[in-house]
Amino acid sequence: MRAGGIGKHGIRFGAKHIVGAWGAAVLGLFGSSVEANPQPGQLNLTPGVTTYSEVPYLLNNVSLGVCVVIGILVFGAMFIAMFRFRKSAGAVAEKWSHNTTVEIIWTVIPILILITLAWLATNGLRQFSDTTGAQMTVKVTGYQWKWRYDYVDYQGKAISKVGFMSKLDDQSNATRQLNSGLDPWAVKADGEQTYLLNVDHPLVVPIHTKIRFVITADDVIHSWFVPALGWKMDAIPGVVNAAWTNINTPGIYRGQCAELCGQDHGFMPIVVKAVSQEDFAKWLASQQQPAAAPAAAATAAAPAQASVQVPAHATQG
Amino acid sequence: MAQAATHDHHDEHHDEHHEHLNFFQRWVMSTNHKDIGTLYLVFSLLMFFIGGSFAMVIRAELFKPGMQLVQPYFFNEMTTMHALVMIFGAVMPAFVGLGNWMIPLMVGAPDMALPRMNNLSFWILPFAFALLLSTLFLPGGGPAGGWTMYPPLSLQSASLAYVVFAVHLMGISSIMGAINIIATILNMRAPGMDLLKMPVFVWSWLITAFLLIAVMPVLAGAVTMLLTDKYFNTHFFDAAGGGDPVLFQHVFWFFGHPEVYIMILPAFGIISEIIPTFARKPIFGYKAMVFAIASIAFLSFIVWAHHMFAVGLPLGAEIFFMYATMLIAVPTGVKVFNWVATMWGGSMTFETPMLFAIAFVILFTIGGFSGLMLALVPADFQYHDTYFVVAHFHYVLVTGAIFAIIAATYYWIPKWSGHMYSEFWGKMHFWNSVIWVNVLFFPQHFLGLAGMPRRIPDYNVAFANFNMISSIGGFLFGASQLIFLGVLIHCVWFSKKKATDRVWEGARGLEWTVPSPAPHHTFAIAPVIHDEELAHGHVED
Repeated sequence: MRAGGIGKHGIRFGAKHIVGAWGAAVLGLFGSSVEANPQPGQLNLTPGVTTYSEVPYLLNNVSLGVCVVIGILVFGAMFIAMFRFRKSAGAVAEKWSHNTTVEIIWTVIPILILITLAWLATNGLRQFSDTTGAQMTVKVTGYQWKWRYDYVDYQGKAISKVGFMSKLDDQSNATRQLNSGLDPWAVKADGEQTYLLNVDHPLVVPIHTKIRFVITADDVIHSWFVPALGWKMDAIPGVVNAAWTNINTPGIYRGQCAELCGQDHGFMPIVVKAVSQEDFAKWLASQQQPAAAPAAAATAAAPAQASVQVPAHATQG
Repeated sequence: MAQAATHDHHDEHHDEHHEHLNFFQRWVMSTNHKDIGTLYLVFSLLMFFIGGSFAMVIRAELFKPGMQLVQPYFFNEMTTMHALVMIFGAVMPAFVGLGNWMIPLMVGAPDMALPRMNNLSFWILPFAFALLLSTLFLPGGGPAGGWTMYPPLSLQSASLAYVVFAVHLMGISSIMGAINIIATILNMRAPGMDLLKMPVFVWSWLITAFLLIAVMPVLAGAVTMLLTDKYFNTHFFDAAGGGDPVLFQHVFWFFGHPEVYIMILPAFGIISEIIPTFARKPIFGYKAMVFAIASIAFLSFIVWAHHMFAVGLPLGAEIFFMYATMLIAVPTGVKVFNWVATMWGGSMTFETPMLFAIAFVILFTIGGFSGLMLALVPADFQYHDTYFVVAHFHYVLVTGAIFAIIAATYYWIPKWSGHMYSEFWGKMHFWNSVIWVNVLFFPQHFLGLAGMPRRIPDYNVAFANFNMISSIGGFLFGASQLIFLGVLIHCVWFSKKKATDRVWEGARGLEWTVPSPAPHHTFAIAPVIHDEELAHGHVED
């Protein structure tokens, strides 16, 4: 362990970036633009960009609102008690220690609130768990420490031999080495700060298409997590999990592995590039022609996809 | 009380006796519940600072983007060891130490029911932690797969066997401690100390001890299966051999969720002692408080899969575990409301134990709020394994369990040492702790909501500002605990201010009827119980 890093750069970053970050935070709170990727000073969940992603967002906001109201009532009562019933203010302790009516009230009211929240959550969950009617299937496989994407079918037609590895981009990888001396703020792609959130080959998918993901892993457990899609799903060796998305807006959506998977767990990001259906058709055609696209090189370099053993019980939704 | 008449000649006899003991005999061979309680508490404090130093490494690396201090693997060792040391080394032994010291005093028993086992259950712990911490100095490094030890990742660790044996030892220690506490509470109460006259702290420990006995063997089984998977070619958790990695998570969290309540129920008990004392008013709804603890303990057995919502459970299982988890909010809410109602109409003063107790109620409740949000499965698909979860469980564990332990220490240390601590420095410790702990953990909610995963050594620059704030809070919260150490040292060895027997004006219960410091042997003859002396005996509800 060396302690040099903090003194050398810390103050500079502190001054320069925190001011900018708080500016962005104010914009993020009150501005109208919806940001799908993490923003400096972001205070709340992203509403996301899919037909489903509003569900967790609204549930988060409703439950947070309920908690804030209850908090104000309970803590408010506490602070009133602390000011009114202080010994130094001459308060004399009362003797009662029981009141059946209020006890029933504060047992029943929370139950009613919980039933409401449970109803909302159950509806959202039912929506999420329905992976039927997908127009496209992508197989996602987690490795230490990269992802593999295999396109299985699109609009009813099987796709063969379109698949590639997706790992941390070289610029982030060079910068993240211990004491690299490189500035994480200098890692940019398309004007975005993409340090540790960029890959060499993003997952390209069409918008307005229900995409079913089948998610597994080859070595240890990983978790495929893109906040803008509104969910994460564990990638488990020997288990095939299913999830789905249907993206409304073209864009580049970034996420990370969310299950501790070893030393480079923090360095296996996920990038989903959502394009129009026409663009996707072109991209898919280019991938299907051998050696036509740069991505094909990655395909060739990928390890042969050994069939993953799937226990009979494991095809869960 | 009758006890006051009897303890004089007994004390003289016994104190004289124990002066013949040398240091080794007194502390290593002790069968005295007070000395063993002290050992537990000192051990816990040591582990608190060791685990805290790991946290400082974590927060220093996360101070700003880029890797500046440690390699990623070492970072993972730090997160893993921080959790193991804090859970099994700091929080659990602290509660056992408090139970050891106070349960016999609170129920009018001369000692724990099984004094020699009490000695053994403590002295296993230093060996367990020597084994665990030694892995940091071994060539393969310490465990780095998280304290949850999920396979297949944990099977890649070279130090797995050390960790498994350390966990076995901790489990044996906990089970013996729990048996001792149950035996003491059920068999050693003074005549007239009915179960429903016991202090809430004693109740909370009775229920916690049953949880410990129920789940520690489950953990032992789970880690033993890891051991045989790694070294003896079994395939419990190996899909290629017909096993299932998810099975481990089910078994682990069947232990792990009750474990969460093992770390908070005694805290509920402590707070339920402190608030009535400083509000000078009996606890509101004593029976409801006891029943709420029992309900929470029961529910803790049927909510384990809420730690696993993202593993791909069937819809029915997700719904069941979501509803069961949400249900816990009801008894927990009752407890919080009852604490507030205890304060209402009281005559409050705000000594350090009360300040920590009040902070506990507020900040633990904030942790409960985020817990409720996490219970909602679709929202959990966003929160799970992000810093939102880190913020949640640190609110319930640091400002919950640890604040309660600190409150209990300030509350009872005059009884233990015979001296008053410095109220000024106690309050300094409180205000520094309560401010910096929020600077430390509150921004982590935002980081999680923005999508920052937990257990990562480095992060995108969008997360930079809140991480820096959190780290500053972390360093200052850590430094604030040095004030605590100073207050303790001053109180035990240097304080000139003698504590009275009752110590606090509003204190009720048997522990306040013995002298301060509590003599080596108390209640050698069972005290005569006068209900009005108890915190709860005269309460009609």
